[in-house]
Amino acid sequence: MVNVEVTPLPGIGTRQDFVSRSGRRIGVITHRDGHVDLIVSKQEDPDACVASIPLSAEESGALANLLGAPHLVAQLAEQHREVTGVTTRQLPLAPGSPYAGRTLGDTALRTRTAVSVVAVVRAGIVHPSPRPDFLLAGGDILVTVGTAEGLTAAVDVLERG
Amino acid sequence: MHNTAISLIELGAVFFGLGLLGRLAWRIGISPIPLYLIGGLAFGSGGLIPLEGIEGFTAIAGEIGVVLLLLLLGLEYSAAELVTGLRRSWLAGLLDLVLNAVPGAAVALMLGWGPVGALAMAGVTYISSSGIVAKVLGDLGRLGNRETPVVLSILVFEDLAMAVYLPILTALLAGATLLGGLTTVGVSLIAITVVLVVALKFGRFVSMAVDSPEPEVFLLRVLGAALLVAGIASQLQVSAAVGAFLLGIAISGSTAENATKLLEPLRDLFAAMFFVVFGLNTDPRTIPPVLAFAVALAVVTTLTKVATGWFAARQQGIARMGRVRAGAALVARGEFSIVIAGLAVSAGAVDDQLAALATAYVLLMAILGPVAARVVEPVALAVRRRLQPAPAT
Repeated sequence: MVNVEVTPLPGIGTRQDFVSRSGRRIGVITHRDGHVDLIVSKQEDPDACVASIPLSAEESGALANLLGAPHLVAQLAEQHREVTGVTTRQLPLAPGSPYAGRTLGDTALRTRTAVSVVAVVRAGIVHPSPRPDFLLAGGDILVTVGTAEGLTAAVDVLERG
Repeated sequence: MHNTAISLIELGAVFFGLGLLGRLAWRIGISPIPLYLIGGLAFGSGGLIPLEGIEGFTAIAGEIGVVLLLLLLGLEYSAAELVTGLRRSWLAGLLDLVLNAVPGAAVALMLGWGPVGALAMAGVTYISSSGIVAKVLGDLGRLGNRETPVVLSILVFEDLAMAVYLPILTALLAGATLLGGLTTVGVSLIAITVVLVVALKFGRFVSMAVDSPEPEVFLLRVLGAALLVAGIASQLQVSAAVGAFLLGIAISGSTAENATKLLEPLRDLFAAMFFVVFGLNTDPRTIPPVLAFAVALAVVTTLTKVATGWFAARQQGIARMGRVRAGAALVARGEFSIVIAGLAVSAGAVDDQLAALATAYVLLMAILGPVAARVVEPVALAVRRRLQPAPAT
């Protein structure tokens, strides 16, 4: 269980951080105007920060995607463990993909590869059970369930159309 | 017509010059306040280039600068933050008050400026510049540090102390008797309590009175309200600055944040004017006689602020390096020291040399503060290495 500490910074915003198992303090500072800094504490001086990196809304969304999707996949994989032959994977939709800007239905993934898209992660937000009219965007991460071959085929479909 | 042209040229030159100075200041990593003061000294009486014809405008612009500085100081912290800050850091806050006010008061008494002069100088050396401190912490990437909330809570306490101090100072400057002074103290304590309660319980009504979705309407309303309150307060002998400050505290929530965003550029403009005017009214020839005192005060109050930060951070269980960082962060004095000196000088109740001493002191501290915050880590590391010689190899 991770214990996130919330510290008000009067006149500036709030600091939310936790101590990782390796002894590093990791967290974010949310400024009053809404912009966010990512902070990581120094190894030799846990009071100080080795870095304080300003992130735009898009960048923090991207970071949340990178960190959040594997967590979701791990959870789903755990649930599907009993069903042999079924794998959960996260498939990124590259910004240049032919399906960026088109609906999930257009990919016809289920018909072509028997793979189900159980969720789409965008900007750190999980959209569960997307409908066929869900509009995909470059940078989305599709959380998919299927057989190993089906998933490989799905990667091709998403890349080449 | 000809006069207007000359005034415009003079004003333009002043603002443009200040712009250049400001850029230079941030380039070399110090606050622009000392450079503005030097600019004022250079232009004013006894300076290099006496400016004439725009005194009317610069004087009122300087007054507006003070109102905006104090309004934004009030807006900076919400009433809830002030109350929590008071509860959490009152001990360190009191130590800060005693350690840093006493040197200023002592020097003023030594120079024979009497109790009112001592009170004014106590304020000058006590109050850290929240503007410089916040900017330096942000620039150095220390907002995520564990000692930073400690530093900020000291600033919050100083903010509250100002709310009590300013009315008392202005009452005494206006020549109130001891009894009258005590009444003012009582009135100001009641006023600040009422404002805090109003801000905590009914803050949204105050905010509603000035709020508007249209930025320009909002700007006009906030600015209008601030000047009205400041003017009325001034008429009631409570000083315009105090009125604006209390209004700032009473405005809360998102209204306060939006107001801050809108008013910041205006404050920077008028506050720059205020520093220039203060410099203008200070004769540079009065500085050398008090320079030694300014340097001595700078040395002593740097050490006392570091001690304050050290104590406050230690209370929160922060390691040594964090303690010295907290102390060094608090060293900077700036805008509010000048505001206090300005109040004292314009009331005419203190020795004229006070302006010279305050100017010299703030010049030193506004430069020393950011530098101290920057070099404290390498210096502390070097000292530690000196004290603990490396093991023989």
